[in-house]
Amino acid sequence: MAEPRIIIVGAGPAGIRAAGMLVAAGLRPVLLDEGQRDGGQIYRRQPEGFTRTPEQLYGTEAARAVALHQSFERLKPQIDYRPRHLAWNVADGVVHTISEGKPGQFAYDVLIIAAGATDRLLPVKGWQHAGVYSLGGAQIALKAQACAIGRKVVFLGTGPLLQLVALQYHKAGAQVVALLDTSPFLKQVLALPKLAARPAMLVKGLRLVGGLMASGMAIHRGVTPVEIHGEAEAGVTGVSVRLASGEIRRFDCDAVGLGYHLRPEAQLADLARCAFTFDAKTRQFWPEIDADGRSSVAGVYLAGDGVRTQGADGAEISGALAACAVLADLGRPVPEAERAALREQGRIMERFREGIAEAYPWPAHLAADLPDDAILCRCEGITVGELREAATEKGADEVNRAKALTRVGMGRCQGRYCGHAGAEIVAAATGVPLEAVGRLRGQAPVKPLPVAAGEVQP
Amino acid sequence: MGSSGQARFIRLGETSRARIALTVDGETIEALEGDSLLVAILTARGRLRRSEFGPEARSGFCLMAACQDCWVWTADGHRLRACDTPARAGLSLVTEQPELSWPNRA
Repeated sequence: MAEPRIIIVGAGPAGIRAAGMLVAAGLRPVLLDEGQRDGGQIYRRQPEGFTRTPEQLYGTEAARAVALHQSFERLKPQIDYRPRHLAWNVADGVVHTISEGKPGQFAYDVLIIAAGATDRLLPVKGWQHAGVYSLGGAQIALKAQACAIGRKVVFLGTGPLLQLVALQYHKAGAQVVALLDTSPFLKQVLALPKLAARPAMLVKGLRLVGGLMASGMAIHRGVTPVEIHGEAEAGVTGVSVRLASGEIRRFDCDAVGLGYHLRPEAQLADLARCAFTFDAKTRQFWPEIDADGRSSVAGVYLAGDGVRTQGADGAEISGALAACAVLADLGRPVPEAERAALREQGRIMERFREGIAEAYPWPAHLAADLPDDAILCRCEGITVGELREAATEKGADEVNRAKALTRVGMGRCQGRYCGHAGAEIVAAATGVPLEAVGRLRGQAPVKPLPVAAGEVQP
Repeated sequence: MGSSGQARFIRLGETSRARIALTVDGETIEALEGDSLLVAILTARGRLRRSEFGPEARSGFCLMAACQDCWVWTADGHRLRACDTPARAGLSLVTEQPELSWPNRA
């Protein structure tokens, strides 16, 4: 057959490793990436003219970040790299893109989606105020722009990123008022056997905790968020939580980094008609894959945090494995020994991922317990009470029905940041299991397009 | 800084880059070469824009081009995502949608 047309979406760790494996096999994939530069979010590169060292930017992961950037530089002449290309739809074997206002179409025989993750958010009363950022956003401000999100910062939520960003801020000279983690310390202790699947990463994690203890910032675990205080004009003025002791305590601040680990950006997989499955442990739907990253749709492969939140190292492995699956399915030689090693590493990454999910669980009850007057959809100011009413009074016990009635999930972010909490609220209000409440279906365009896009000739 | 308040973001380093000037709502602000529009604006003022659905100021949220909270507009009406648009000298921006199309119910 003619050379297969291979499209990879996403130039983070998974997409770059997938591209590298395919190039080594003599293929020339197209690599579409929305970013200005390669690296994805975790190994995001600072703009030209910035001078911080990789150690300052990526900490313990500096060597891996540099290795990935260098392998990308070597790959670049051997692939068709398209930065600043938003892939906004997949339909009938074609990826639809937009780049600087110009539409494009890329037909494929093979599609590898490595679209990465965004923060998994759980609303708290007052989270609409200026100065509240996702944890990932807080990290990008520092990593990509050498800025803190405020003068006095509180980090609230749970997950590995919560602690990492708090320490990165402290080390960079920002004032971190408090680290407020909803996960009780006991959960982290109980998860140790699974976390020990990656001893070196566990040691890094323990050092991180040690660094936080030595930093002098207030650290509270097992907290219940109560409210982010703020004023319409000035934005955030403080955060109140109930401590594990039961005491309600307020922390004055002008910025909050908020997040509950990560969620896959699975909209393109959805549009490609990949089957999804419910994961009871993390209480979310994600695309079905086999051990090598094959989706339920022939020719469509999924890798990286866009399908399972394994982190950057896991993303590199899953990207390479997905490329091996592509080679096998195309009838090309597969590097068997390498694939066997990758599969073994992949199993370790998966066990560690489960450990992280158990150590920092998604606190579903916090969503179910949100007060009626809390804003759920921060795009359009829709309250928790409005969604509850639609669920209980109008019979909207399925999230897409509830979306049609309330617009929750229909705003600018298209449900990325309210969708999981909204599903919990509907489930709790109606007594319908979360699995049956369903998931917001991916819709094209996966991000808003400029109005004039269709009028421009490519 | 008037109603836009004091700067929200704090620079922690990388401050020896070249200075550039741009205009936001008619006011000249100074930024650094390599800043995103979001950083250029929020190191000079407290907000990016106002919610169309509530009383509150907004200043972006995800910084990774996913939430769309950071839209600003060029003077001739082109929408820009401030978090992933580089600041360029001489840009003139407005923080209210030039053709605001529905009433704010707040």
